[in-house]
Amino acid sequence: MTELRYLAPDTLDEAIGAFAKAGSAARILAGGTDLLVQMRSGALKPGVIVDIKKIPEMMRIEQTADGGFRIGAAVSGMALHDHESFGKVWPGVLEAVNLIGSKQVQGRASAGGNLCNGSPAGDSVPAMVAAGAVVTVQGPNGRREIKVEDVPAGPGRTNLKPGEILISFTLPPRPPGSSDAYLRMIPRTEMDIAVVGVGVSLTIKDGTVTAARVGLGAVAPTVLLVEDAAKALIGSKLDDAALAKAAAACSAACRPIDDKRGTIAYRTKVAGVLLKRTAAIAAQRATGK
Amino acid sequence: MAKVHVTTTINGEPMEFLCEPSDTMLDALRGTLNLTGSKEGCASGDCGACSITLDDSLVCSCLVLAVESEGHEIRTIEGLAHGEKLHPLQQKFLEMAALQCGICTSGMLMASDALLKRSPDPSEEEVRFWLAGNLCRCTGYDKIVRAVMDTAAEMRAQ
Amino acid sequence: MNVVTNNKWIGQRTIRPDGMDKVTGRAQFAADTTMPGMIWGKVLRSPHPHARIRSIDTSKAEKLPGVKAVVTAKDIVDFTIEKGAVMLGIQDMRWMCRNVMARDKALFPGHPVAAVAATTEAIAAEACSLIEVDYEVLPWSIEIDDAIKPDAPILHEFNKFEGKPSNIAGRIEHKKGDLAEGFKKADVVIERTFTTRPVHQGYIEPHACLISVAPDGKTTIWSSSQGQFMVRAMTSMLTGIQQSDIRAIPAEIGGGFGGKTIVYLEPLATMLAKKSGRPVKMVMTREEVMRATGPTSGSKSTVKIGATREGKIVAAHGTFYLQAGAFPGSPIRGAAGCSFTPYDIPNLLSEGYDVVSNRSKVAAYRAPGAPIGAYAVECVLDEVAEALKMDPLDFRLKNAAKEGTKAANGPVFPRIGYIETLEAAKNSDHYKTPLGKPQGKLQGKLEGRGVASGFWFNAGGESSAQVNITEDGNVVVTTGHPDIGGSRAGIANICAELLGIDYSRVSVLIGDTATIGFSNLTGGSRVLFASSIVVTQSTEKIINTLRERAAKIWEIDPEAVKWEQGAAHPVSPNAGQFEPLTLKELAEKAPVMGGPIGAGVQLNTTGADGGFGTHVCDVEVDVDLGIARVTRYTAVQDVGRAIHPGYVEGQLQGGVAQGIGWALNEEYIYTKEGKVDNPGFLDYRMPVCSDLPMLDCIMVEVPNPKHPQGVKGVGEVPLVPVMAAVANAIYDALGKRFYALPMSPPKVLEVLDAPTQQAAE
Repeated sequence: MTELRYLAPDTLDEAIGAFAKAGSAARILAGGTDLLVQMRSGALKPGVIVDIKKIPEMMRIEQTADGGFRIGAAVSGMALHDHESFGKVWPGVLEAVNLIGSKQVQGRASAGGNLCNGSPAGDSVPAMVAAGAVVTVQGPNGRREIKVEDVPAGPGRTNLKPGEILISFTLPPRPPGSSDAYLRMIPRTEMDIAVVGVGVSLTIKDGTVTAARVGLGAVAPTVLLVEDAAKALIGSKLDDAALAKAAAACSAACRPIDDKRGTIAYRTKVAGVLLKRTAAIAAQRATGK
Repeated sequence: MAKVHVTTTINGEPMEFLCEPSDTMLDALRGTLNLTGSKEGCASGDCGACSITLDDSLVCSCLVLAVESEGHEIRTIEGLAHGEKLHPLQQKFLEMAALQCGICTSGMLMASDALLKRSPDPSEEEVRFWLAGNLCRCTGYDKIVRAVMDTAAEMRAQ
Repeated sequence: MNVVTNNKWIGQRTIRPDGMDKVTGRAQFAADTTMPGMIWGKVLRSPHPHARIRSIDTSKAEKLPGVKAVVTAKDIVDFTIEKGAVMLGIQDMRWMCRNVMARDKALFPGHPVAAVAATTEAIAAEACSLIEVDYEVLPWSIEIDDAIKPDAPILHEFNKFEGKPSNIAGRIEHKKGDLAEGFKKADVVIERTFTTRPVHQGYIEPHACLISVAPDGKTTIWSSSQGQFMVRAMTSMLTGIQQSDIRAIPAEIGGGFGGKTIVYLEPLATMLAKKSGRPVKMVMTREEVMRATGPTSGSKSTVKIGATREGKIVAAHGTFYLQAGAFPGSPIRGAAGCSFTPYDIPNLLSEGYDVVSNRSKVAAYRAPGAPIGAYAVECVLDEVAEALKMDPLDFRLKNAAKEGTKAANGPVFPRIGYIETLEAAKNSDHYKTPLGKPQGKLQGKLEGRGVASGFWFNAGGESSAQVNITEDGNVVVTTGHPDIGGSRAGIANICAELLGIDYSRVSVLIGDTATIGFSNLTGGSRVLFASSIVVTQSTEKIINTLRERAAKIWEIDPEAVKWEQGAAHPVSPNAGQFEPLTLKELAEKAPVMGGPIGAGVQLNTTGADGGFGTHVCDVEVDVDLGIARVTRYTAVQDVGRAIHPGYVEGQLQGGVAQGIGWALNEEYIYTKEGKVDNPGFLDYRMPVCSDLPMLDCIMVEVPNPKHPQGVKGVGEVPLVPVMAAVANAIYDALGKRFYALPMSPPKVLEVLDAPTQQAAE
């Protein structure tokens, strides 16, 4: 009845080989918290599942030579939380990953799966975009790097080429006075898909924002890098006018839909509200106040 | 298609079973393994009634393929008590009426146990947010939260 | 009657008898059961909201290897429309037989059209996909306004209202006095229209059953239900198998709240088991539960209340339209009959309209209809109180029903506890604690407080119990009602109290249809009320037997023997100097003293009176995101007598949590194609643990004089006042009223941004 084959290779080369060979019938299994739900609902009927959790590179969290971080694609939110220093350097990315689902889900779900699932509302993605993360992917034609904001192609789709597997996220070193934050709007306190998600990363020197990136989720077919919002913040002291301008830029960037989670009007308004709140938290963390 | 042979450890006991590659761990527990203490409320990871631990990580067994348990340690509600000796959480749930119909109770206890192992002195807010993945429709959660916090206090005092 | 004075067990927070199994994963729920040779059943369901079924071809499914049986409507007994209503309790079997399996029409997406049993679930599911159904798709309507339009597609041609085919399937009214005259006397009149969405009972355990039919027709049913006798009766009527050939065993039930007071799977599994000769197990998926079982009605209500400037309500008019779903039978009785009942209103008209439409048939949900009606009435009362510049609890006190008040639906109240709940709410620490932040500008997070009251009928009804003394001197009580709230603990408390023995010596079991006498549904807040009456009478009979046996041993008159603290004693030294004879001793002597000691009682219990509650709710609203959170909640209820306070509190807390979900986030959302868009726990948003504060309970005890322990039903009242309490609190925070549920964030922002409100007269 089920023609499903489950593979759990020990090496990346084996994984790529099997994944590429099976073509569109194959799916990568990291945490499984999206894949199993889609299989159960009948939305997906894979022929081959390639479990990447035995590949060390996929499961590692390490600091890079220049002081950044590299997170394996299959690292769970819980494992990221338990890392001794990651959360201190990237509290926004950490809280974003750990807002996905429940504690049970966070025991399995990974930033890699969250990104590759291609949901415009995936919680980790706006924070990764704001962080300026770069993903490393590898396929039959070798390894390459993609800016995280260039990965999503549309609801349920990515710009990974056939046979390519996401390997890791590389986060840049943080200049002093930097931090990040992620906020989402959901109707309950937990367990909902984000109606709007905002990630903000800031560097502040002597009260002035010297660097900023803003990621905006659940308001367009893909997560957005809102450069106009960042521009409004850079050079400012995060005064009301700058925040209002950045908020307006987020609202303007929205191309949302009306669905069972939110209306166009609501999402557009909330995008602006959340930008202000998220920036304020990132600033508090960046300046230690 | 041939079934897959899985070797794993469940509640400290080595176990072997056969399953389809598409079977979830919940399917295997409730089916072949006859460990029906973990419950299916939604099969989509939204209710927590199927909560177990996999290598000490709290997970929804409906979101883990049975084959993924190979070589790992699974713990279920059936392993929470030690023979006749109830876990303090189980005892407190009984004493404080922290269950009514009982369908969420297995998952609630597994989740609470996982919390107290990581955080022996949780605040009410911490308990509530940790248990957000465990739906209960009978109790309104009040007595469950109280039972968890009382148990935490008792365990700290020992 | 043994008057209970020492309260050793009654009122104590004992450990429930079934608790150990539930905390260790041992408890057997229906989906946990297995039988040798068991196969699996799956249901094929209509994808269309409304369609004529021209033909069904099951031949390909039947040929699939592993398939053992297929059933369609042909296998279900037809209760023809023309022959008139065939009632089982409140259910008309003409609708039941069509609800479990579509006959000539599919009436909602998810309506069963066929079922298959096969050796695996996967094969059964595949077989379903091989069944070819020829549908003639018809226009449909779901919402009340659409279903009552003159040109609405008619679901049932035979259903006529005011002489024409209609989707209005029924009307009730309660009338008192002269409405027009009453409103003339009013200084303040407020009229508002409210809408609510369908909401689901939300039990975490999906419906499940395991059924075996032997070649001679003897049938065994394990199922998750609120009534094994209902399961047996309905299954018998729908399959044609003789009722007495069916043994229906109630598994532990994982939540019901009214939604499991009818059958969905059992008749299908029975016919599959009969045709295949194998036990058949059927378990609904969460999606099936949400699509194809019975959420309660969506509604549209208009309420008009008039009061004098002194604060007396002089007239009230309520019109309540409730969705029935595919077949007649929405809970208009609860909406029209309960909503005004807490108040002494001289001129009243309360009307309910039952509207069918192309969504699944409603099932009961905790005080069916009453929460919907109370939402409307209690919100209008809040506006009237405000217009009168009266405290909302004082306004209710001034108009409160009491002993001697004639209720809207007819009866005259005996001693009731409504005023006590209002006073307890007023005197509560919650109500006396001022809110933190001052109201004013619409910015940041604003706090507000609201109150509301509510009433529910409660029921008595048939109950059977058997109490047996074991050979080793302990007690086994068998009752007839599934335990959904902790009733076994209450029964054990009562039995231990009466016998004067340690609580741990009493076991309480729930019998099946073969092992205990007829007992009506677990619903209507009646289980502890009814079962404790028959358990009490059974226990009293046993006490009489024990006294007689002691008397015989002592060679004195039984009248000279009393039963106290678990033993027989002479009533006084005059009767004789005898050492007490304990239950254990008398049990051991039983074989030579007349035989086994036990008694059973079966009654149609009466004396159940309605229940009242008054709730206080604090909210905090994030004005920029529209998110309302309940920050403090107190539920006050007249509970009669709290036999086990922990489980009475549990009922209050559970009802409040459901009401908060109904008020803030729960709703059925439909696609443009008329299908449920959120058939799962992700997007059907029930409260999670972090959404709620602690839920405080104040149990007011005004004992029911017609009950041996003073018990009143408590389970349903807690849901009735909640939505209005939350809505009134949000008004207090924001200064804007809400006339539609749920008050979800986008709706809150919409209202905040809206320029005008419905005008007051």
